[in-house]
Amino acid sequence: MTNYILELIRRTSTDISDDVVEAILKARRREEAGSMARILFDQILTNIELARNKSVPVCQDTGTTIFYVDYPAGARTSPLRAAITAAVRKATRKYYLRPNSVETLSEKNTGDNVGVGHPSIHFSQWGRASIRFRLMLKGGGSENVGAQYKLPDASLSAGRDLAGAEKCVMHAVFSAQGKGCAPGIIGVGIGGDRGSSYILSKEQFFRRLDDKNPDPALRTMEERLLRKLNSLGIGPMGLGGKTTVLGVKIGVANRVPACYFVSVSYMCWAYRRRSMVLKGGQAVYDQD
Amino acid sequence: MIRINLPVSQKEIRKLKVGDEILLSGRIVTARDMAHKYMIEKKPLYLHEVLNGSVIYHCGPVVKQARGKYQFVAAGPTTSIREEPYQGKVIGLYKVRGVIGKGGMGPRTSQALRRYGAVYFSATGGLAAVLADAVKTVENVYMLKEFGVPEAMWVINVEDLPLVVTMDSHGRSLHNDILEKSRAVFEKLIAG
Repeated sequence: MTNYILELIRRTSTDISDDVVEAILKARRREEAGSMARILFDQILTNIELARNKSVPVCQDTGTTIFYVDYPAGARTSPLRAAITAAVRKATRKYYLRPNSVETLSEKNTGDNVGVGHPSIHFSQWGRASIRFRLMLKGGGSENVGAQYKLPDASLSAGRDLAGAEKCVMHAVFSAQGKGCAPGIIGVGIGGDRGSSYILSKEQFFRRLDDKNPDPALRTMEERLLRKLNSLGIGPMGLGGKTTVLGVKIGVANRVPACYFVSVSYMCWAYRRRSMVLKGGQAVYDQD
Repeated sequence: MIRINLPVSQKEIRKLKVGDEILLSGRIVTARDMAHKYMIEKKPLYLHEVLNGSVIYHCGPVVKQARGKYQFVAAGPTTSIREEPYQGKVIGLYKVRGVIGKGGMGPRTSQALRRYGAVYFSATGGLAAVLADAVKTVENVYMLKEFGVPEAMWVINVEDLPLVVTMDSHGRSLHNDILEKSRAVFEKLIAG
């Protein structure tokens, strides 16, 4: 199992998914020939191709390794955790991952991406007989520009409704400028408590860029925000251009009456997430 | 496209303007959070020789070690603004002629660029494979044990590193221009 997970890590770190490449190609076509934005998109596409061909990380910041595991009834999580941890160590030795885990008190890098809270693993039981592993590599630059809002927010004249939430998202993306490696993908969590709201915003990144939100109100909000955010002109790397975000994905959760949180997570263009399903000892990648 | 070979003089650097596309070659040094804190708090003398007339790269690379030799595998830029408290002082103290990073820097760095004659180059974030390819040799490494691979100071020789000048020695910053332009749009969107 460790080697199947190692392959999932390799694919995630070195090979950007097709829906993301498609969105970047589309963004490139919108920029004029010779413009700085066009040059940056060309560089980005060259890099994606080179990383794939050489099987090296697309970005040197291989981020926090965040796993979501769905396991069948009766399965034990401790061997799954052990296999994931072993795979992460192996991936670090093979340079698919940068040693990225730093002990907060001693400031020592553990060297193998394993330590308190690393790798990050979310387990849940599901109704199928197979095991699904989903992996996201979330870089530090994009993580630093995430933001959480508590509505109402007087400084944004944002009330406790979707219109208010929309203003929060615009503020977060405007404040991020190019620092999260624009064009970004924006994950939004509305509702929940402070912790669950942020988690919800990040889970949006497992959706495909070309999917449609099943809720009509959220679907319109996603489309409207995509348009508005791209009118900001921040562009790739914040150096100006017509595409500031490649997608906006919104999820909702219930809240207690007193709280109305809007959490915004930013994913860089080097949008690394993939999945694997293990069934009868066989691994199938990216088919959930 | 302007070619720059390091070490570079202050005079040559002062000719550069925001928007210039650059291919940079020569010896540069990676330095990020721990290294900047170290350069200002400990002021190590041995760094003067490598940094004088050279360029600092905000980068935490993935480095392969085989048969006692180091090789850069992935080496894109990291966010520069975290070094804002230190950068201006580092430029003045070590006579650095440029800084490579992403996202731009603040007014203190901008002032130092003007005062000492240096520029800020933007490298494209996430361009790890392309930029690692431009790293031809690893000459030396400082503080590897103490800081770990991403935070160590790697002395590397690069060839034709593709960069853009986004802050020059005349006080202009493309990052500021975009910030102000997007602010105007943002304020309209929020009011609407």
